[in-house]
Amino acid sequence: MNAVPKYDSLVFNEAALKLRTRRQEILSNNLANSDTPGFKARDIDFAKTLENELSGKNRFPNSIPLSTTHQAHIAIKPIEEDPGLLYRVPSQPSMDGNTVDSDIELSQFTKNSVFTEAALTFLGGTIKSRMSAITGQAS
Amino acid sequence: MSLLSSFDIGATGLTAQAMRLNVISSNIANVESMSGPDGRPYRARQVEFSAVQKHGSPGAGVSVTKVIESDAPLRKEHRPGHPKADSSGYVMMPNVNPVEEMVNMISASRSYQMNIEAMNVSRQLMLKTLDLGK
Repeated sequence: MNAVPKYDSLVFNEAALKLRTRRQEILSNNLANSDTPGFKARDIDFAKTLENELSGKNRFPNSIPLSTTHQAHIAIKPIEEDPGLLYRVPSQPSMDGNTVDSDIELSQFTKNSVFTEAALTFLGGTIKSRMSAITGQAS
Repeated sequence: MSLLSSFDIGATGLTAQAMRLNVISSNIANVESMSGPDGRPYRARQVEFSAVQKHGSPGAGVSVTKVIESDAPLRKEHRPGHPKADSSGYVMMPNVNPVEEMVNMISASRSYQMNIEAMNVSRQLMLKTLDLGK
């Protein structure tokens, strides 16, 4: 295994934090719609989306690309949906078509908030160590 | 800003659930109201939720689109001496089912609590973000 991390910790933690807060938004939207008939719970594949975000490739993994072989061809823009947004598979679907399981959503939400806090701590630590490197004194 | 929009999403959830609780209270209060402003018995009401979609975001919460009246048959009570009784002695009463309303109320209050919980967590994370690098 490579001892040198693939990404700079400032870059990595910033991307992770951004994605964590976006997931927080998605999950709170699920919770708010826990009684909306026909609403389908959404979530993202965190590891995959983070990898895509960091490598900068394939920002819209759900869309099918269209190649233009003639100058008159019009390139289609990828569907402007949140990249990588998936549907949750319900374990106990309800009669009104709603797939929000509040226990799962709440536990995922809590887990995500702990990880957000971790990302914040790591980011804070990185900033602190850089500051002490710049000023030459321990803070 | 994602964390700030989770506040807004939580707020839409609170507003919607509070409206649902209001309608439930109205139903329970009117369980014996045999004539409303139109002279007819009160009919149980229900709110209709729908998900809000906003461009460029995974979702923007929930909203109450309309309040619908129940189509369930009115309750008939035999009270021959009542001034509103028909020729066979029956009085039409509201179609409110108190058991249904109580169950609905518990569900609404749980959902309300869940949204508050989500907002509290977002608030803590927001405060933690403000302390970043200190």
